[in-house]
Amino acid sequence: MIEQQRDYVLRTVEERGIRLVRLWFTDVLGNLKSFAISPAEMENALNDGMSFDGSAIDGFSRVQESDVLALPDPNTFEVLPWVDPKGAEARVFCDIAKLDGTAFDGDPRQVLRRNLNSARELGYQFYIAPDIEYFYFDPPKVDSRPVPLDEGGFFDLTSNDITSSLRKETIRTLETMSIPVEYSFHEDSPSQHEIDLRHTDALTMADSVMTFRLVVKEIAALHNVHATFMPKPLEGVQGSGMHLHLSLFKDEQNAFYDSEDPYNLSVTAKQFMAGLLRHAAEITAVTNQNVNSYKRLVPGFEAPVHISWARNNRSGLIRVPIAKRNSDQATRIEYRSPDPACNPYLAFSVILAAGLRGIQEGYELPTEADSNLFEMGDDMLAKLGIEQLPQSLSDALRVMERSELVAEALGEHIFEWFLRNKRAEWRGYKTHISQYELNRYLRSL
Amino acid sequence: MPSDDEKLLAVFPDPAPIDVARTLDLSGYSWKAINSSQALDKLEPSSGWFGAVVDCSQDPESAWAICRALRRRDNRVDRIIVLVSGAQLADLEMRDDMFDDFCLAPIHPRELDSRLRHLFYTEMAASRESLIEYSGLILNTETYQASFGGKPLDLTYMEYELLKFLAQNPGKVFSREVLLSRVWGYEYYGGARTVDVHIRRLRAKLGEEHANLIETVRSVGYRFGQSKWG
Repeated sequence: MIEQQRDYVLRTVEERGIRLVRLWFTDVLGNLKSFAISPAEMENALNDGMSFDGSAIDGFSRVQESDVLALPDPNTFEVLPWVDPKGAEARVFCDIAKLDGTAFDGDPRQVLRRNLNSARELGYQFYIAPDIEYFYFDPPKVDSRPVPLDEGGFFDLTSNDITSSLRKETIRTLETMSIPVEYSFHEDSPSQHEIDLRHTDALTMADSVMTFRLVVKEIAALHNVHATFMPKPLEGVQGSGMHLHLSLFKDEQNAFYDSEDPYNLSVTAKQFMAGLLRHAAEITAVTNQNVNSYKRLVPGFEAPVHISWARNNRSGLIRVPIAKRNSDQATRIEYRSPDPACNPYLAFSVILAAGLRGIQEGYELPTEADSNLFEMGDDMLAKLGIEQLPQSLSDALRVMERSELVAEALGEHIFEWFLRNKRAEWRGYKTHISQYELNRYLRSL
Repeated sequence: MPSDDEKLLAVFPDPAPIDVARTLDLSGYSWKAINSSQALDKLEPSSGWFGAVVDCSQDPESAWAICRALRRRDNRVDRIIVLVSGAQLADLEMRDDMFDDFCLAPIHPRELDSRLRHLFYTEMAASRESLIEYSGLILNTETYQASFGGKPLDLTYMEYELLKFLAQNPGKVFSREVLLSRVWGYEYYGGARTVDVHIRRLRAKLGEEHANLIETVRSVGYRFGQSKWG
């Protein structure tokens, strides 16, 4: 089958007159990286991989082992629709390997592959459907505040506004790139939009999220608009999250479904949730990796703050959506803290690891927190044993560095580099004197 | 169906007998009528004649002369079918070297079609299946290219293979498990939901108006289009 896939790619390159093939991969921080090769090199790349100097890539290589191989995954080969309607460029996702062909520890895609293999050894397939939020702004100038393009709200039907047509064009492009969209709408905040993708296996979805972010930005840029996945660009309104709908399948059956349970949740689902809840604080630095991420995780903006679960309480960290009747396939849980600026490969890896730990160790699911937690006092929360998510990047890193689960899921290479890089980010932020402080203190103190 | 003009049949005489012409057209063969060995040379495609249909029932002498010419020319023609009337069956004797198969004239269209199909089987098998067409959708299995309504349809390998399998069997319902084993092969360790994922991707790429080409058959699986046989 690999042979046929290669043949398919090579024929398509030829038949569609592809002039450039972009080899895509992702750095540790979740930035899409790319280098282009000519069609003539494609056969070689498919057979032996393309070597390049990885030391220039964030989080990739120590200097002494700087050369790595990009191995194109032929099943991800797609013509890039926005570059040229006649399709002169294509992309293919790559796995990064060491020169001897073994998986390279610094490659997030390989990390996710490794975690998915662990799940597969237990008989599980991991499926994800994300709801991705983002903002459209005027192209930003240095040191200026973001300017929304509209003042619309949740589900507003603003037929004539530019952001809705941008969103439509984006969806069309996504669909031509094998990324089916389930829903899309104007979100709560000005110029904020949400696009919900249909579930796929986790590796395909991580690739899709990378493609998604690029497509959203490219289509916006074509219209001189800036799209951003920054978690909290505007004060006082909702930030952008990436809620993840998660399910495990075993032997073609939804392992989260149990018709006997009042919530239709299987023991496996409950243990998975228990794992996620118990390790939530440890994995937060990965699912919410920027200083700015923690300005979204505050009370009052539909973002989770407390480590809790409920069926239909949107203040919880895990929500169990009520699936349509008799729909065992649709039984799933929704993990609500991640934001769209995370590295999807690493975020999916640690989420899976936390859930699987719950299953393997048989964790007990805490009781449901179905009242509004934001209205509860700290004593009440303490009495219920409900803790908070880390409140800052610094908090999150402190919990993460003690986590053997995260170290194992990410591998030592990425674990160490990530902590080092993110501590530096925190230091840079901590020493910054903000406008807020100047306004507040300069004259009064 | 043979798509390229390369695989051209010579038909004697010119004009070709109407029932022969009709049968060839309906079966999708490319052909040219010739009346003489000069015409045979003049109209010969660059790759040579692929085969010949020679009607001996009207003007047997010229017809057998053409057969002889076809065999003796530098670029010998290997696949010759002759049409003879019942009264002419004796003419076939001692002429075995001049034809590969025969068909009674007046012809029965289905019989001629079957004989041609059999005669050309080995050479045409590949190209016969190289184009799969269904109401605007065209899949070229030689070049792996797909188009819909004349516009190229960019598919990943597995999307292409799935669509090919479905389009080759219009109107038939396949379960996820069957699709998984036939399209992905048993060695694939992803679940049957992979099929759902790819069906959705195909529907998205076909566009809203045509997404219903692939129907979900509740609790069974999927069906592509409708059977040609109704």
